Amino acid sequence: MSEKEIKNLEEIFEQRIARDEKIEPKDWMPEKYRKTHIRQISQHAHSEIVGMLPEGNWISRAPSLRRKVALLAKVQDEAGHGLYLYSACETLGISREELYEQLHTGKAKYSSIFNYPTLTWADIGAIGWLVDGAAIINQVPLCSTSYGPYARAMIRVCKEESFHQRQGYEIMMTLANGTPDQKEMAQDALNRWWWPSLMMLGPTDAESVHTEQSMKWKLKRKTNDELRQQFIDQTVPQADLIGLTIPDSDLKWNEETKHYDFGEIDWDEFWQVVKGHGPCNKERLSARVNAWKEGEWVRDAAMAYADKQQENKIKKAI
Amino acid sequence: MKKNWPLWEVFVRSKNGLEHRHFGSLHAADAEMALENARDVYTRRSEGVSIWVVESKNITASNPENSGELFEPAQDKVYRHPTFYTLPDEVKHM
Repeated sequence: MSEKEIKNLEEIFEQRIARDEKIEPKDWMPEKYRKTHIRQISQHAHSEIVGMLPEGNWISRAPSLRRKVALLAKVQDEAGHGLYLYSACETLGISREELYEQLHTGKAKYSSIFNYPTLTWADIGAIGWLVDGAAIINQVPLCSTSYGPYARAMIRVCKEESFHQRQGYEIMMTLANGTPDQKEMAQDALNRWWWPSLMMLGPTDAESVHTEQSMKWKLKRKTNDELRQQFIDQTVPQADLIGLTIPDSDLKWNEETKHYDFGEIDWDEFWQVVKGHGPCNKERLSARVNAWKEGEWVRDAAMAYADKQQENKIKKAI
Repeated sequence: MKKNWPLWEVFVRSKNGLEHRHFGSLHAADAEMALENARDVYTRRSEGVSIWVVESKNITASNPENSGELFEPAQDKVYRHPTFYTLPDEVKHM
């Protein structure tokens, strides 16, 4: 194809998106669109998969059967979400093996929030309430993104996600209404998860390199700072309601803007964790790589069995 | 050579009376495993009463590049629609 022809195709493509048409896997798309989507969808899938690890840490120590079945179901949902997203990503012409390879070698990123440890049971509450809360704010606009398979996966994810946040908030509420020690445990979890949750919504608009293009392709409907403000505005009253304190001395309601003003985010910490120097980066990745390696013989055996069954079938037919 | 689990397309009937609809895809070693995985991945909240799985390589799909010659001919055949025909106002339902 000549450069002029490509330019023409690109124009038609951008117009389709502007008209709110969806792009489907076999449609022509600019290479940059394909690459950006592979990057974002796979990061999203990896985050779901790695996100199971901090919570998995508490399944066997959940304080009651009710909490245990809920946590199990939540972690299973996250596996499911990872799988929806991986298969959406594969429609862009990359294989599952390549995607795993990128995760396992550290070439692909996942949400840096999962590089923080889950020290107490209250952390499970804080993750559901804050981390899933921030994730929902990020994800809801993606239900109407331009790439069909991604949008469809996100609709399923969002439908399932709201129980995650509610179960987390319920855990926090129960602890906050419990003994002084329990309340302190809830407050401590909030103290540790608050700032990383704000960082989860991405660098400030001034630092965010992909925002403009992503807005055009409807991979983003609001900027990181807008999403962060929305998250803070919605979460602060929830903390007040259960008697917990947001660990930010600069936080206060601004009557003029009708939003909360909040303190400085430690972006150095964010970039340190992104670059692999968070408290659990190594642990998370090695847990994931080991699970994949140790499962190899099972995958091979299942494949060998399937091949053999197929051969027997053919032999019988002859 | 090492063989990876092939890709399967999953179709789910959400209740009797409705058609099977494409829900997504997954990897599995064989059809039986694909069915089991589809149940776990796509019907965790009673979304279905019946599942079909088809290995993706067995699906032949039309190419969007040929959409013009495939689908445009239907556009100027307005006489296939009931509104093409004029009837006296007295005929209320037809």
